[in-house]
Amino acid sequence: MIEVVNIKKSFGNRQILNGISCRFEDSNNSLVIGASGTGKSVLLKCMVGLMRPDEGDVFYDGRSLFNSSVKEVKKIRREMGMLFQGGALFDSLTVAENVKFPLDMLSTEMPESEKSDQVLHCLERVGLEQSANKKPSEISGGMKKRVGIARAIVMNPKYLFCDEPNSGLDPMTSIKIDELISDITDEYKITTIVVTHDMNSVIGIGEYVMFLYNGLKEWEGDSKSILHAESQPLKDFVFASKIMEGLL
Amino acid sequence: MNFIQNWGKYFIFLSSTVRSREPFRVYPPLIVDEMVKIGTNSFVIVAIVSSFIGAVTCIQTADNLVSPLVPLSVIGTICRDMTLLELAPTFTCVVLAGKVGSNLAGEIGSMRITEQIDAIDVMGINSSSYLILPKIIAACIMIPALCILSAFLGLMGGYLVSVFGDVITPTDFVSGLRSGFRSFNVFFALLKSFVFAFLISTIASYKGYYTFGGALEIGQASTKAVTNSVIAILIADLILAQVIL
Repeated sequence: MIEVVNIKKSFGNRQILNGISCRFEDSNNSLVIGASGTGKSVLLKCMVGLMRPDEGDVFYDGRSLFNSSVKEVKKIRREMGMLFQGGALFDSLTVAENVKFPLDMLSTEMPESEKSDQVLHCLERVGLEQSANKKPSEISGGMKKRVGIARAIVMNPKYLFCDEPNSGLDPMTSIKIDELISDITDEYKITTIVVTHDMNSVIGIGEYVMFLYNGLKEWEGDSKSILHAESQPLKDFVFASKIMEGLL
Repeated sequence: MNFIQNWGKYFIFLSSTVRSREPFRVYPPLIVDEMVKIGTNSFVIVAIVSSFIGAVTCIQTADNLVSPLVPLSVIGTICRDMTLLELAPTFTCVVLAGKVGSNLAGEIGSMRITEQIDAIDVMGINSSSYLILPKIIAACIMIPALCILSAFLGLMGGYLVSVFGDVITPTDFVSGLRSGFRSFNVFFALLKSFVFAFLISTIASYKGYYTFGGALEIGQASTKAVTNSVIAILIADLILAQVIL
């Protein structure tokens, strides 16, 4: 379980996160939603330790991310996988080498053959075994995201973080990525946190949804109740698209 | 205030490259890769610049020594000392600050912008140590080697002028090269190039590592990496000359 306790973060005079506390249950697909600039990505970066919050802490099964030894933090981080907005693949490596990178760095004891099997398994899981020898520059945006997912799960993480997995993708590819994330969450029993502003993702894969507004947690609940929520900012966000009104 | 903050950040950055390092076995292949990028790929530019500068130094020194009381072999001596003490280490490193420095800052900056560095951090790998330390080590090995090459080619350029030009005979040039040679100057040149290599690699990496924004900021980081490295080289050159010579 991941517990976020009173996270505050500001940049200069601008307060981005205003004291956010929440809890992400194990083996759940949790979504953090909100309009652009509400601090979703900042929250995610604080949660994985890429940014240090001004106040507050994040606990992974009771282990503090910001008040633990470097060794303990490394241990926690090695239980994480993360899918970045642009994939964040290493340009100089092939798709297979990108996926193998965490194994090479962190699983020093594992024999090469086992690493190759694991890489192949992950690439098959995301349907990219045919592109193993291609460079990131030779594949599409959707494929890059899938490689990012394969790299994120290659170490069998306990927690998977996805930052805007659908950004820049067409609706069909978006749905495929959502389904892939959802399937992997169930299959690997991972705690997944997805940051998105795509309502299709909310309806499609959201088990727990948290809505951020002005740096605060405005609403939380499941994806079914989101359509009937009372919060006006949430209503404005959800029903900005006319398609969503049809779901009511 | 900003200047002091930057210095502090620079030293914290340097310490982060050696604190909580990755296992030793990770580094050798990365260092070799960087040695090729920094060293081998800079060979041609260093060779061209050094040969021409050596040749021009010889011609211009000869042009200025018009007194019949000064033996022509002095031209060779002046070329040797200028090349060893200043042209080979300092001039080569200024050229390399442009080529290698901008390259390092651009590479690391684009990795930062495209979240590749974040991806390394999230895996629990010390990104500064993994990415930067091999570059610093490779630069500190290859740049002094390039400076030795530069000194040799600079003197060869001067020698070729003596062979094909009419300003000095090859015998006088070689005699000047041998006259009053201090081996300490070679050590001093290597020491300077080592210090400059460290400055180029660390300043460029620092500028790249803390790039935020987009393509425009990568360009700015590269430019700052070059200008700051060149200024640092010149300051270090003055300090070393004052303290050691």
